[in-house]
Amino acid sequence: MLITGELAELQREIEEIAFDYGLSFPEVRYEMVDYQTVNLLAAYDGFPIRYPHWRFGMEYERLSKSYAYGLHRIYEMVINTIPIYAYLLQSNLMVDQKLVMAHVCGHADFFTNNYWFSHTDRKMLDEVANHSARIRNYIDRFGHERVENFLDACLSLDNLIDIHAAGVRRRAPHVDEDDEPKTIKKIQAKDYMDSYINPPEFLANQQRRLENEQAQLKKFPVEPERDVLLFLQEYAPLENWQRDVLGIVREEAYYFAPQRQTKIMNEGWAVFWHTRIMTNHMLQPGEIIDYAEHHSGTVAVHSGRLNPYRLGYELFLDIEDRWNRGAFGPEYEDCQDHNLRKNWDKKLGKGLEKVFEVRRIYNDVGFIDAFLTEEFAREHKLFTFEYNEHANEYEIASRAFQDVKQKLLFQLTNFGQPIIDVVDANYDNRGELYLVHHHEGIDLDRPYLEATLSNLFAVWGRPVHLETVVKDKGEIIFSHGPDGSATWII
Amino acid sequence: MNYSTAHRIDQDAKRFRQIVHGHVRQNLRKYISNGELIGRQGKDLVSIPIPQIELPHIRFGGKQMGGVGQGDGDVGDPLGPGDQDGSLGAGDQPGAHLLEVEMSLEELAEILGEELALPRIEPKGKKNVEGGKVRYTGIRRVGPESLRSFKRTYRAALKRQMTAGLYNPDRPVVIPIRDDVRYRSWNVYPQPQNSAVIFYMMDVSGSMTRHKKELVRLTAFWIDTWLRHNYKSLTVRYIVHDAAAKEVDQHTFYHLRESGGTKISSAYQLCARLVDEEYDPAEWNMYAFHFSDGENFGGQDDRLCQEMLEERLLPHMNLFGYGQVPGGYGRMFMETIAQIEDEKLVGAKINDRDGIFDAIKVFLGKGL
Repeated sequence: MLITGELAELQREIEEIAFDYGLSFPEVRYEMVDYQTVNLLAAYDGFPIRYPHWRFGMEYERLSKSYAYGLHRIYEMVINTIPIYAYLLQSNLMVDQKLVMAHVCGHADFFTNNYWFSHTDRKMLDEVANHSARIRNYIDRFGHERVENFLDACLSLDNLIDIHAAGVRRRAPHVDEDDEPKTIKKIQAKDYMDSYINPPEFLANQQRRLENEQAQLKKFPVEPERDVLLFLQEYAPLENWQRDVLGIVREEAYYFAPQRQTKIMNEGWAVFWHTRIMTNHMLQPGEIIDYAEHHSGTVAVHSGRLNPYRLGYELFLDIEDRWNRGAFGPEYEDCQDHNLRKNWDKKLGKGLEKVFEVRRIYNDVGFIDAFLTEEFAREHKLFTFEYNEHANEYEIASRAFQDVKQKLLFQLTNFGQPIIDVVDANYDNRGELYLVHHHEGIDLDRPYLEATLSNLFAVWGRPVHLETVVKDKGEIIFSHGPDGSATWII
Repeated sequence: MNYSTAHRIDQDAKRFRQIVHGHVRQNLRKYISNGELIGRQGKDLVSIPIPQIELPHIRFGGKQMGGVGQGDGDVGDPLGPGDQDGSLGAGDQPGAHLLEVEMSLEELAEILGEELALPRIEPKGKKNVEGGKVRYTGIRRVGPESLRSFKRTYRAALKRQMTAGLYNPDRPVVIPIRDDVRYRSWNVYPQPQNSAVIFYMMDVSGSMTRHKKELVRLTAFWIDTWLRHNYKSLTVRYIVHDAAAKEVDQHTFYHLRESGGTKISSAYQLCARLVDEEYDPAEWNMYAFHFSDGENFGGQDDRLCQEMLEERLLPHMNLFGYGQVPGGYGRMFMETIAQIEDEKLVGAKINDRDGIFDAIKVFLGKGL
């Protein structure tokens, strides 16, 4: 049910304020729904029509249960389409509805203007419904179990994508092999100078490099391929319907990837704007307490866990403040006097301009890298935690700025997923698939790895291998073939 | 939201339940033997811990990962139990990894029945004895004001006014008269009543250790679950014995430990007396299960037991099960049981937790 009357009036009012501040976004359509529907939509990631899959049912049960127990409720949901759809919960107070609409303005603006969303399909509502129709069709034709099993296998691989693929061309244009020189050309030189101008070891080196390059060209894939799903879609021996299902899973994974890449910023930006719009314009005196309670619930820190809403919000505030005061750049960085830095004020007034720029060009990794300062980390009491095996507990490991920043960046890199490439699709000349995990200090979860490889095997049809590192054991290859799983230590 | 979306999520949820069922069925032997389910039991529900029903992904091992947090505390201070997954989820992800699925005891019994290929029990007794459940589902024209149904009254009044041409859409006033008033009323839903009683008897002499009692407890839980599924009402009586027998409550049954000798006949005698005094064999489905480690005091008592079984217990019983847990010395009581030829008598050895599964199959496999 689309909203009407007072709420529609409020929407107009709030959006006008947002536009005055410089936010920009297309039409937002609000639907008023009850909690069951909101849980249902949340289970479907906001899209009313998804293909049939049990994991949506599982998520729905979880949400319904935690709603029933009062553990958790969803206030707001926005989907990145044009027009933008957002849902309001029927049982909310009017002040909550206002807050949610102000919050949604932030998300809507972020979807529209952040660079990382520029490649997302804004007609995804239709696209997802099409996916649903196609998969239902396959279920009718090939049987529920067959389609479901294949879908399960694909979904289990859906984090093996190249998050930058939408914006970057990875594959070099095809070069005809014959154009490439087969041997190294010597530079012309007189005999007595030859060994100086063309040192034999250099020549040998060049020759070897050339040969390696030639060998590389014969390899398949030529370059390591990070978009594992695409690689499988193109080269795995699949039936047409399977190829299509894999494509659907891949397309949806890419659609949702930017949201995972910008969680901190996106939420921070929305909180930043709902605070400003509500406190400066929309709040009635009688609503202050309800508003305060809801707002603090959103940015609260629970038992030491980092809250992306809070972190993003505070960072945006910090950036605004620093650029208002001119507290950045070499002169400021070089200043060691604590009091001087604290009271630094060049009356620059560029805060708002800066935050708008930041929301346009950064994702979470860049955001943290560029704007998480030592002062900020100290002021907000950030720390790293690690698992203590003896105590079976997580404990605070460090409060050093570099540690905190490094850990945070690590968690955000590649949207928190391990980096994995397809290196060889004809491993050992047997058509087996060889993947490499770029190990950066943290091991993979072994039971999950083995289960996932078995799914990868189901798709590829030939044995699959993954090279990684296991603590205390060194480099290890995990394999899965027709006889099950195996591991080899290299 | 429209009907079809709700319908779709129901389909997905149903499929998920099916998968859970399949998972429980596949791992039933494990669930039976490790006793995880007992104690997670609510009134009608058991909460079943099911790990990893989610889709596997290649991901980082949780424990090594650690993470970044915010708040007070010194280096080395604990953050709380190790269930944080180091991810950046705030309110949107619960910390728990282990998914807990709730399942009704009824559903669990069905799975048990399917997996062990247990036949449906054909109850004896007066099948026609009918009790009834009263539910307020009906509508009548008379009744107390407290049960007046506003909706139905309004509907009747509206209908009357429309047929009489008194209804004006521009001024939609509906005034019910006496004839329009409707009241909610009850209907009686007949239910066939089959009652059953289970007698659990256990040797609590010195040789029955805590571990052995645990085997008995697990076995009894599953027998209960199955019989409850088959009978509308189930009574359970507990008898413990060493050299003498007495009736106790459930808690005592599993926790009491006596020392001293073992006279199995004492328990059988008590059981037979309870049957004679309180349960009419024509109306009751009776089950008895006796657990011991097989030691009994002398051959004379064995003979007495045999006599008791053949003459006083078995004729009334639907089933008499004897479960022998390990550890006894000397002549085993199981040998006595084996001498009696009666299809209502079954014996099973429960050597360890894995044996429970098979024992249940033996006990309940006859469908008696």
